[in-house]
Amino acid sequence: MEAPHLLVHDRKDTVGVVVVEGLKAGTDMLAVVTADNSAFRLQSKMDVPIGHKVALGDIRKGDTVWKYGQDIGVAVADIAKGEHVHVHNLKTKRW
Amino acid sequence: MAPIHANGKFFGWRRKNDRVGVRNHVVILPLDDLSNAACEAVANNIKGTIAIPHAYGRLQFGEDLELFFRTLIGTGANPNVAAVVVIGIEDGWTKRVVDGIAKTGKPVAGFGIEGTGDIMTIAKASRTAMEFVQWASEIPREECDLSELWVSAKCGESDTTTGLASCPTVGNMYDKLIPNGVYGVFGETTEITGAEHLCKARAATSEIGEKWYRVWKAYQDEVIEPNKTNDLSESQPTKGNIAGGLTTIEEKALGNLEKIGRECRYIDVLAPAEAPAKGPGLYFMDTSSAAAECVTLMAAAGYAVHCFPTGQGNIIGNPILPVIKITGNPKTVRTMPEHIDVDVSGIIRREITVPEAGDRLIEMIRRTANGRLTAAEALGHREYVLTKLYRSA
Repeated sequence: MEAPHLLVHDRKDTVGVVVVEGLKAGTDMLAVVTADNSAFRLQSKMDVPIGHKVALGDIRKGDTVWKYGQDIGVAVADIAKGEHVHVHNLKTKRW
Repeated sequence: MAPIHANGKFFGWRRKNDRVGVRNHVVILPLDDLSNAACEAVANNIKGTIAIPHAYGRLQFGEDLELFFRTLIGTGANPNVAAVVVIGIEDGWTKRVVDGIAKTGKPVAGFGIEGTGDIMTIAKASRTAMEFVQWASEIPREECDLSELWVSAKCGESDTTTGLASCPTVGNMYDKLIPNGVYGVFGETTEITGAEHLCKARAATSEIGEKWYRVWKAYQDEVIEPNKTNDLSESQPTKGNIAGGLTTIEEKALGNLEKIGRECRYIDVLAPAEAPAKGPGLYFMDTSSAAAECVTLMAAAGYAVHCFPTGQGNIIGNPILPVIKITGNPKTVRTMPEHIDVDVSGIIRREITVPEAGDRLIEMIRRTANGRLTAAEALGHREYVLTKLYRSA
């Protein structure tokens, strides 16, 4: 199997994790859902470092962001499909 | 072929209290900060001994003092320790530590500095340390079962690969070894925040789950809420976590909890440095998420091998507890290879499965128990950090 660019924990998730170094904007990424080994393709809109997250679909400001099939915080800006998701657009609901 | 964990053996040291150790340290243990210099002098005089300097031991009181004694006595009592020399500024608390360690049946002697001075104390303690180390060096290893091991786990400098690869590897190891009779432990109270509903549900009974929830909630209410000045960003998650792609505490917690696997249920909630007393199984310990503090407490509870998943490359070690580093981040494997004992980055390339990685970790636990120095041991990492509950008197 071709090595994936992106791993997604759960089918419910709205973000995936870049697992290759030096990912460039415009890459046609192979994404794999680890829970069931299903695969799909997604175009990256930005250069994203290894370990960082990418939106799997459009996320609106105020939306809950899902990873591991769980709530990991709230979007504080609109995020387009394929864009980098991190501290600039996602915040904890705690503390 | 039988699974690797079914009949694993290693050669360790069986202590008088029937606990099995994987190292044979002779420790020179200071009661207090003032006695570090004498302990380091003794360890310099007598080769093969190890001093464990630390920052506290004066004017502590109440629960903080109890935790201090539990940690010091537990360190000396750990089965990876063959014998202990304790040096303190005065005799009273020195004797309390000596008496606590002596309950294991291992050789232990105490020396007070007041009325004697550093030089004479160092001379007397060095003679005893020499007797202990020569005695310890002749204790043979004997064959032990892997199921007799106590294996602790705590992750650090986590990133998103931790939750994808290195923590699930540790979880798979626990799913395989704990049914065979191994003692396990996880902790990091703050770092369950965001996954507390999942953690509570993993208790063996609802009563244990409620006990866990009270410990978690107390930390939120008594420590974080009164003391926080912001949303803890840069502290939890850390700057390193954020560089590695982790954004929120919820995301970090969910990755952290992958360490307890799919099947195990914890059977008790331990106070910091408290030894497990309900038989084999997985335990939760109320600890900080700071690596050295947490690993020091787990060593003091009697654990003999530690599994440490890391993403960005935490380099921690411990003076008496071998710390096995596991990473699933290929960049960390490439840039910091001397710190990594088990490379599971094949998981994110889909080259190996989590169960295969779990077998690799079990094999590394066995090799470590047989005497292989971990990366942290070879590099001289001996971080020993006492947890302090509040200011001294």
